[in-house]
Amino acid sequence: MQDGLMLDHISKVYQDDNSEVLAIKEFSYAFSKGDFISIVGPSGCGKSTLLSIISGLEKPTSGKVFLDGEDITGKVSNIGYMLQKDYLLSWRTVYRNVLLGLEIKNMLNEETKEYAMNLLKTYGLGDFINKYPSQLSGGMKQRVALIRTLATNPSYLLLDEAFSALDYQTRLDVTNDVYNIIKKEHKTAIMVTHDIPESISMSDKIIVLSNRPSIIKNVHGITFNIPNRTPLNCRECPEFSKYFDSIWKELNTDERSNFGGQERVS
Amino acid sequence: MKEVISADRKEFLSKKKRRKRLILLTQIFILFAFIFLWEFLANEKILNEFITSKPSRVVNTILDFKTNHLFMHLWVTLYETLIGFLLGTLIGTVIASLLWWSPFASRVFEPYLIVLHSLPKVALGPIIIVWAGAGTNAIIVMALAISLIVTILEMLNGFLATDKNLIKLAHTFNANKWQIFTKIVFPSNVSTLINAMKVNIGLSLVGVISGEFLVSKAGLGYLIVYGGQVFKLDLVMTSVIILGIMAALMYHAVVILEKIILRWMMKAEV
Repeated sequence: MQDGLMLDHISKVYQDDNSEVLAIKEFSYAFSKGDFISIVGPSGCGKSTLLSIISGLEKPTSGKVFLDGEDITGKVSNIGYMLQKDYLLSWRTVYRNVLLGLEIKNMLNEETKEYAMNLLKTYGLGDFINKYPSQLSGGMKQRVALIRTLATNPSYLLLDEAFSALDYQTRLDVTNDVYNIIKKEHKTAIMVTHDIPESISMSDKIIVLSNRPSIIKNVHGITFNIPNRTPLNCRECPEFSKYFDSIWKELNTDERSNFGGQERVS
Repeated sequence: MKEVISADRKEFLSKKKRRKRLILLTQIFILFAFIFLWEFLANEKILNEFITSKPSRVVNTILDFKTNHLFMHLWVTLYETLIGFLLGTLIGTVIASLLWWSPFASRVFEPYLIVLHSLPKVALGPIIIVWAGAGTNAIIVMALAISLIVTILEMLNGFLATDKNLIKLAHTFNANKWQIFTKIVFPSNVSTLINAMKVNIGLSLVGVISGEFLVSKAGLGYLIVYGGQVFKLDLVMTSVIILGIMAALMYHAVVILEKIILRWMMKAEV
């Protein structure tokens, strides 16, 4: 078995009272370590389901998830998960919010507390550890949420539309922050988004999914011919719009061919 | 730090302050006008003081506490109310937590809770007296019966309405059910608990007074019934007024408790 995270023929069928819906069909992919990988696709195509399956929150109907050769299908392992909003607990201070994951995982000790405190200090939140979430800006809250995820020291990070709740300006700043933190901490990130420019600006690879049932349409390797790439400066590159055009086209042909369609089993 | 205040702002602030003071003064004025008018009309024989009593006679009744044991009765009512309130809040919250724990049980018990909730609990009075004996126990059970079901329903609704995303967040750290309850669901519902307490302190008092009406041994409820039967309206009025003051003070005690609980929760150490 190879190192890293591997999805092996993952399928997911949802049941409700009226029908069965095949959300994901035979998804296989090996995520290489250290990469920032985005998954884009039409809305409702099962992108978020994919993250839930990787994180172990949901079980696939068939197929397996491997992490460093170990079968982790349906198990919550040490993979960090960032949700669509910060979801900080309003009654806890910044510091105690960051400790939440450590507490729940029974990993709270002097060493991990110090690690969390160092993360807060390194990423500009040292002066805010005793503040409450209501006293922070949207961008800072998102940073706290990221540090809460990093505090348990996961090697993989899942980002589920993690910036969709922010306004445009904050979003650009936070994207930049998060990208830098993830790269600095040498994490492998898998991000689900419907924002094509955002995915291009952050990713090393972009997986384009089809409409339901989701299959991989294409994988784009994203490289820019500039030193010290950041999500902000790469937006100026000529390659940026080239990537945008081809991904945009792929997503749109998909919608036309499957017009109004949801494939149903049975 | 010195703040520069513009003339407009000064005007706005002082206007607001004046209005606040005016409201308070009017409230005090109404109270005194009512007391004065009551006393005046009774003295002028426009009201029959035998059936309406009057403020000076109320004051005399209070001063006469050694013979009428007013404070003993006050204490009995207070004690029963507090015990009923504490038991109702505590047992109600525990039952709501258990029902949250088992979605199956909460679905099963839902219709029963709704029937019990709609039933006027005072109707259970005679049964309670037969079962618990005509004494303090029956009165406390009465207070409990009135506040318990409301607490269960309110707390359960609060627990079930906890932000699903916060629970999902805990799941991403592989939280077990106990951790989800203690770290997410319960803290999210401290304000629900405080609201339940504010309602319960009043409901508990209703239960105690109706219990004392039925048991008729001690307490302000007993004094009211007794005073009515022997036409001592002074005693009835005094008891009602003291009851009103007591209810207001207990409500404020819960408000103070709210502040203490919130401060404690925010400051809790890891």
